[in-house]
Amino acid sequence: MKWKNLIKVAFKSIVKNKMRTLLTMLGIIIGVAAVIVMVAIGKGAEQRIQNQIASMGTNLIMVFPGSMQSRGVHMGSDQGVRLTLDDVEWLKKNSTLLEAISPVVRSGVQVIGGSGNWNSSVYGVSESYLAIRDWKLSSGDFFTANDIRAQSKICVIGQTLVKNLFANEDPVGRQLRLRNVPFRVIGVLKERGQSAFGQDQDDVIIAPYSTVYYRLSGQPHIHQILARAASLNQMEQAQAEITSIMRESHKLAEGEDADFTVRNQTDIASTAQETTRVLTILLASIASISLLVGGIGIMNIMLVSVTERTHEIGIRMAVGARSRDILVQFLIEAIVLSLSGGLIGVMIGFGATYIVHLATDWNTVIAMENVLLSFGFAGAVGVFFGYYPARKAAALNPIEALRYE
Amino acid sequence: MNSKEAVIRTEGVTKIYDSGEVQVEALKGIDLAINPGELLAIMGASGSGKSTMLNIFGCLDYPSRGDYFLDGIHVNDLDRDQLADIRNRKIGFVFQGFNLLARTTAFENVELPLLYTRNVPNQDINLLTRQALERVGLTDRAQHYPNQLSGGQQQRVAIARALVNQPAIILADEPTGNLDTRTSIEIMATFQELNRQGITIILVTHEHDIADYCHRVIEFRDGLIIRDQALPHPHDAAKDLETGQWKTFAGQGVPS
Repeated sequence: MKWKNLIKVAFKSIVKNKMRTLLTMLGIIIGVAAVIVMVAIGKGAEQRIQNQIASMGTNLIMVFPGSMQSRGVHMGSDQGVRLTLDDVEWLKKNSTLLEAISPVVRSGVQVIGGSGNWNSSVYGVSESYLAIRDWKLSSGDFFTANDIRAQSKICVIGQTLVKNLFANEDPVGRQLRLRNVPFRVIGVLKERGQSAFGQDQDDVIIAPYSTVYYRLSGQPHIHQILARAASLNQMEQAQAEITSIMRESHKLAEGEDADFTVRNQTDIASTAQETTRVLTILLASIASISLLVGGIGIMNIMLVSVTERTHEIGIRMAVGARSRDILVQFLIEAIVLSLSGGLIGVMIGFGATYIVHLATDWNTVIAMENVLLSFGFAGAVGVFFGYYPARKAAALNPIEALRYE
Repeated sequence: MNSKEAVIRTEGVTKIYDSGEVQVEALKGIDLAINPGELLAIMGASGSGKSTMLNIFGCLDYPSRGDYFLDGIHVNDLDRDQLADIRNRKIGFVFQGFNLLARTTAFENVELPLLYTRNVPNQDINLLTRQALERVGLTDRAQHYPNQLSGGQQQRVAIARALVNQPAIILADEPTGNLDTRTSIEIMATFQELNRQGITIILVTHEHDIADYCHRVIEFRDGLIIRDQALPHPHDAAKDLETGQWKTFAGQGVPS
């Protein structure tokens, strides 16, 4: 029998049994749609975290105190060796690949001002902090190098504080008391949302590092150094440069373990991505199981259909259908069923992904290769689970099939 | 007629059904020759072996022993696929229960054998299908579904399907068994007309009235032929329908 005719026969039989066709396809439809939605959610989470990490600032390099290497017994990163303002000066003096450098002096404070009080963190940084973090102000100004020299008691605050202390009014010009030291608010940061690690990035007070260091922190060290490499292509060289300058500053001998750690945001990104990739794989495998169950559904219905259509098969054989013709007809039916189910599933998957996005505000990303993959998998399921029933149909004895009512 | 090459020839055809414990000999060495252009009735009670004979004639089954030649082809030597091709090209089946595909138009039912024939161009499929429907007088019913047709019309669709591939023989298994007397005679008129056009027809029937329209009657009993008789003056179905003659033997169609 010609392929064209076989396909015609298979299509006719599918169209003739609309209800059965729909029920058979349902499993595949749900399976494919589930795979697409789940992978879209997983990929969306992945992308969101990537964006958040990118939002930490491009070309960002961080220096932490302490070594992250785990050879032998190591101290926690806040114990023992410290980073100091001397390190910052040393870096400023000697580096060639860094565009901007800022120390970070952190202190948890109780903030009094506006309509009440609030527990937050104050970050003492340099005037180039906003450039390093790719951050903008929504109103007011940032402090300057002069303010740092003068240890001015001024600050810039995040949106969370604006919301909680000033009921969303513009706080520029107002006073805040940080541990009883009065600070004047000179600017407001743009909203940034959660960090990749769940921290509220808007719950911050940014002030000149000199002021925080000498008036609030009360500790003779700084917590972190942030730097911005001049170009993305020179990240590695910049990191190497920082490492060698820092070793010099800390007077480390050749071969001695570093007592600080230099990292960039891609290092952090890869850790976070690993986590979300596991999530995506998990979601996809759960959804794949439903696709498999859909395939078993096809096999089930096809088997019933072979029994139900035994008489028809007998007639076809009597008028000259070869076993192979019957096999191919049933196989094509299974494949057409699963592929159309796959196609409908893809469409529903797109729709459901959009609805999930609207309803939960989650990031969703539909990757074309995943759509093609689940569509192809649906086809493969059709061939795999359609083959056994098709074989069964083809092996029928024409006399018995004709006699079957 | 004997000078012609027989379209069906059996030599010592035996069929044994082996169900493990019991062996049933359904045919006990049948020697038979059927010539082209015959209209032949096979009669016999249930279990007489006539259905088994028809299955072998129809290449649906192999003989256990003996040789079967259809149109000069030694069927014993053929494999399953070759049998399917023989059924497709040489044989047209007509069944008691019509055996049309449900939810499938008359046209699609008739074209079915052609779809399984290799190397038939699509325009030929269309043409042959329309010709076959025309020969049984159902051109205007081509797009009807079986459940929209009367029993007689359904059987004529089945006959058109049997005809469509221009087979060497038509095998009809109790073609009038599900039909009333008048419709039965109409079907016999169709068969007689086709036979006059040169088609060999073998039909199995219980009814003597039906056999009376044939040129030759063979009767089976217990796997053997007990009667092989030529009817020199068969009834003319078309004339019977015209004259109303059939009414006089209504009710006499007692199974033999």
